[in-house]
Amino acid sequence: MRYMALIYSVPGSSPEYGSPEFGPFMAAYQAANERFARDGVLVAGDALEASSTATTVTVRDGRTETLDGPFAESKEQLGGYYIFECANLDEAIRYAAMIPTAASGAVEVRPIRNLSARP
Amino acid sequence: MSVGATAGTQVSDEIDALVRQDGGRLLSRLIAHLRDFQLAEDSLQDALESALAHWSRNGPPRAPSAWIMRTAQRKAIDRIRRAANFRSKSAELAALIALDNAAPEEPDDDFIADERLKLIFTCCHPALDRRTSVALTLRSVCGLKTEEIARAFVVGADAMAQRLVRARHKIAKAGIPYATPGPEDWPMRMEAVLEVVYLIFNEGYAASSDQAPRADLRDEAIRLCRILASLSAGEPEVEGLLALMLLHHARSAARIDAAGEMASLEDQDRALWDRALIDEGERRLRDALRRGRPGAYQLQAAVAALHAHAPSFADTDWREIALIYDALITVRPNPVFELNRIVALSYADSPRAAFGRLAAIAAPLEGYQPYHAVRADILARLGEVEHAEQAYDDAIRLSGTAAERNFLALRRGRLRPSPQPPARQARSRST
Repeated sequence: MRYMALIYSVPGSSPEYGSPEFGPFMAAYQAANERFARDGVLVAGDALEASSTATTVTVRDGRTETLDGPFAESKEQLGGYYIFECANLDEAIRYAAMIPTAASGAVEVRPIRNLSARP
Repeated sequence: MSVGATAGTQVSDEIDALVRQDGGRLLSRLIAHLRDFQLAEDSLQDALESALAHWSRNGPPRAPSAWIMRTAQRKAIDRIRRAANFRSKSAELAALIALDNAAPEEPDDDFIADERLKLIFTCCHPALDRRTSVALTLRSVCGLKTEEIARAFVVGADAMAQRLVRARHKIAKAGIPYATPGPEDWPMRMEAVLEVVYLIFNEGYAASSDQAPRADLRDEAIRLCRILASLSAGEPEVEGLLALMLLHHARSAARIDAAGEMASLEDQDRALWDRALIDEGERRLRDALRRGRPGAYQLQAAVAALHAHAPSFADTDWREIALIYDALITVRPNPVFELNRIVALSYADSPRAAFGRLAAIAAPLEGYQPYHAVRADILARLGEVEHAEQAYDDAIRLSGTAAERNFLALRRGRLRPSPQPPARQARSRST
């Protein structure tokens, strides 16, 4: 099964580039990525630019409208994601818990719908 | 049809009893074969309906459980065939048909034990909401009817049915494994299972509703924990929880006094405590402690055992109880355990010293009724009647049940001597 791990954190809670904490933080992600790849569960994964760079797109009556910023204002914002290939939810939870931001923010684990299989 | 209503009712009762006895075993074996929680549940329901029709006509078969199992498997085959996309399931279908054609063979006890344990761990998976786990466990493991569970939780039957369907849907779609956890996950997962069992038990005390205590849920939790203890030999916390529930359940008859009011531990008639349950609880606790891996349930059971042994409230070993709460707070820091420790110290040391300790836990327990009731009681023992009355008012305001409010109001009323003999006088029993 494929799972998406959506990484949420409070903006500004992750170490800034140039701060003494930045190096260890990136090293932790590096180590996690290596582990995911070594175990053969990593399908994809990226960090996203800050939510202030987001554009929300809606189409109503054929008209495309855009809004500056994310649609819903919430304290924790989506900052990145992974896609894992795992046997079951227990395995997916185990890998999600290895994402460094899980220790300060939150990681939502969602199964990816497999539309080619039975509904 | 010449079947009388009585025969139908009798068969229906027999089927209900069978489901209570064997439902969890049947369902876990079906899930093992079908690998689909909802399909197993639906097929079992089909088989039970079929049993009602057939057994009313011809009488029950010689081996009712085996009959239900075989019928449910055939119903599952029907359901898969009826489904529009059955081609994608042809391999499973072939396997099921082969299984159906094979000589009926009773699986061995180890297989059944393993499958039942998988069912319990799946129902209590930490990825499910705790309340959902409680309902799903009562339905799937204990074999309670959806309407019974709905009644117990004071929700509509439709809402409860939907919650159960949602839960099975999540199990299937999120890939919650039908498996016993590996050694690294075992402790955390077992903790989740025990939490669900204890929630069922406490729900039996109807703490959050005005219904009479639901003894059946307490029996259900104890039955479930016995199953768990037999399936997972040598788990001290399972035995500890079983001991804790048995020791609490032993006091049931004394919890409501002759006047129909709630009786506190202090006022309970200890002659009404069930000695057989106490003996079993203590035996289970000794077995657990002998394994040398103490935990929160074993320690709470140890407190309950000290109460069970005390000849009276005054002659309780409060010093020892306070020490056990010290240990509990180390294992599982929790302001409610702190509160209970302070109660023990108020008898072991003095109410004055205990009162001083309350301030430290005031913030987290501000909205917790027992905190204010304890505070009121300690203030009363210090002779501070007015402050005690205010504390009782806070407790009454926070109370969720009428029985509890009456109980607190009675205690508040006793703070000032009244011209009439107080309620305590009227408590002599007719038995």
